[in-house]
Amino acid sequence: MSGASPAEIVRFAAGAIIAHPLRSGLTSLGVVIGVAAVVMMTSIGLGAQKRVTDTISGLGSNLIIVTPLQPRTAGGVMGGAGSGQSLSDADTEAIERQVEEAAAVAPAVTGMAQVTADGANWNTSIVGVTPEYLEARDLTVASGRMFDDRDARQGRKVAVLGPTVVTQLWGEADPIGKRIRIRGAPFEVIGVLGSKGQSSFGRDQDDLILSPLETVRSRIIGRRIKADSVQTIYVKAVSEGELGTVQEEIDAVLRTEHTIGPGEDDDFQTQNLASILEASRAAIGAFTVLLAAIAAVSLVVGGVGIMNIMLVAVTERTREIGLRMALGARRRDVLTQFALESVALSLVGGVIGLGIGLLGAAGIAAIADWPFALPVWAIPVALSFSSLVGLVFGAYPAWRAARLDPIEALRRE
Amino acid sequence: MIQIEDLTKTYVMGDETVTALDGVSLTIGRGESIAIIGPSGSGKSTLMNILGGLDRPSRGRYRFEGDEVARFSDDQLADFRNRRIGFVFQSFQLLPRLSALQNVALPMVYAGATPRARRERAAELLERVGLGSRMGHRPNQLSGGQQQRVAIARSLANQPDLLLADEPTGALDSATGIEVLGLFQKLNAEGLTVVLVTHDRGVADAARRRIAFRDGRVTEDVRS
Repeated sequence: MSGASPAEIVRFAAGAIIAHPLRSGLTSLGVVIGVAAVVMMTSIGLGAQKRVTDTISGLGSNLIIVTPLQPRTAGGVMGGAGSGQSLSDADTEAIERQVEEAAAVAPAVTGMAQVTADGANWNTSIVGVTPEYLEARDLTVASGRMFDDRDARQGRKVAVLGPTVVTQLWGEADPIGKRIRIRGAPFEVIGVLGSKGQSSFGRDQDDLILSPLETVRSRIIGRRIKADSVQTIYVKAVSEGELGTVQEEIDAVLRTEHTIGPGEDDDFQTQNLASILEASRAAIGAFTVLLAAIAAVSLVVGGVGIMNIMLVAVTERTREIGLRMALGARRRDVLTQFALESVALSLVGGVIGLGIGLLGAAGIAAIADWPFALPVWAIPVALSFSSLVGLVFGAYPAWRAARLDPIEALRRE
Repeated sequence: MIQIEDLTKTYVMGDETVTALDGVSLTIGRGESIAIIGPSGSGKSTLMNILGGLDRPSRGRYRFEGDEVARFSDDQLADFRNRRIGFVFQSFQLLPRLSALQNVALPMVYAGATPRARRERAAELLERVGLGSRMGHRPNQLSGGQQQRVAIARSLANQPDLLLADEPTGALDSATGIEVLGLFQKLNAEGLTVVLVTHDRGVADAARRRIAFRDGRVTEDVRS
């Protein structure tokens, strides 16, 4: 015997949903919010990854960053990055001399200092560098000039300012030739850097002052570090293909310089931007999954809402169920009708939630000047997941409906 | 058409066992018109539920055209109700969201009929019960008598062998009740087997055979 066709059962389920538009809408709302939250979180996470990728690539291309690392103590404790003082001018020279594929080798030290000029003051990072720093970090000088080796040798107190520092101290005025005081010591402004903008972490990359390495070491940072120590060595490889080779060569050169025997731990660390990028992406990816998982909780709450309403509906429509059974509906027909009803409620919620989530993510991207990433896979996932929620949470009410005794059900008022 | 032997139905209510039917034996022939009468609690509704395949007996045999209905599975019972039985209830039991036409067509959905066949058959049945002009009306737009006629049209949807009516005039005024009874007599005259359950002597007199129940037993079985 044939029984009811699936299309008819779908029509019964749709009819019941349309009969109570407000209730159906409110029931779906939980899933709408859940799906919208998951989609929005995922999209924002992908946007963040894209932003970080752009920013890290913006730090400089083909760049390898060498930082000191305190070797593990016997207890396994490790110092923080940059806390060691194992890198020195000698290392910079050794890398310059021995690593042929290095296009630029730029040592740097950084300190925070108060800067005053014409009554204004500003707190910023003072970066002591050599002229190669510009090439290594892909920086440009917008006006004036960069200091050269002669300025550095003579220990002249000259400074090249980031655009933010200029704005903070003088506003719009041209600062070239003006005098500033850094920690009380007078410096001459000889140049202004081109703007690099905000980094993905909200750090202003234009808020810094460049000055010759030797000057910053002696005047700004002072006795806290050894006289020839550097905090970071930026090495630019001639091409992206040479990044791996250059990194290996730097490792080898520094291990020789520092007389680190085989099997001993390095007292420095080399990172190329590709690996930093990879690490950041992995971190943000994990964070995105976490956010999406939290958002998914609201999807479960939405499912519970559907279950609640479906249980009410089964109670309300007990007589209808009894009648359908008396007229020849099999238990399976009743089960399917109610299960489809909850799947449809959930799926409609999923579709609306997907739309809201994508709109919301695009809106946030627009407001926060953040790249909007459309997670294409989110569409089938959101839809199948919301159907699944409807099925899981509709199963029990539907089973209750199908299990009813038709005689009892018909007698119910 | 129907043979019932030693049919017994007991319910457990709390710690008490209630015997609704106590060894009833009956034979119903094709084309008969039967009124089952008795006070409430006499077992007449239980008998109707078992005859209609809504309930199973605790003991005894129920043969319908040679089939052992008492041994049917749930699905077989659903199909049995769908194809062989037409139910008419005291409270009409129409679905309020559906039009008269859709209500009449409902049993045909579960029989797997095509939408077109359902529409045609439902329209024909509504014409037959005199509601050809009310097909698109919802139950709340129809009078009680009209609603019961829709329900009767629905009971005929799959051309059943047996029409079971439980107090079909109970919710109607007497004039409308007489009309509805007339409809049953007409259907019976066309060859349909009709079983009415009632406690109203007047309704019972409209049937050619009267079976009286008391305490789960047949106390009277007369033909007029």
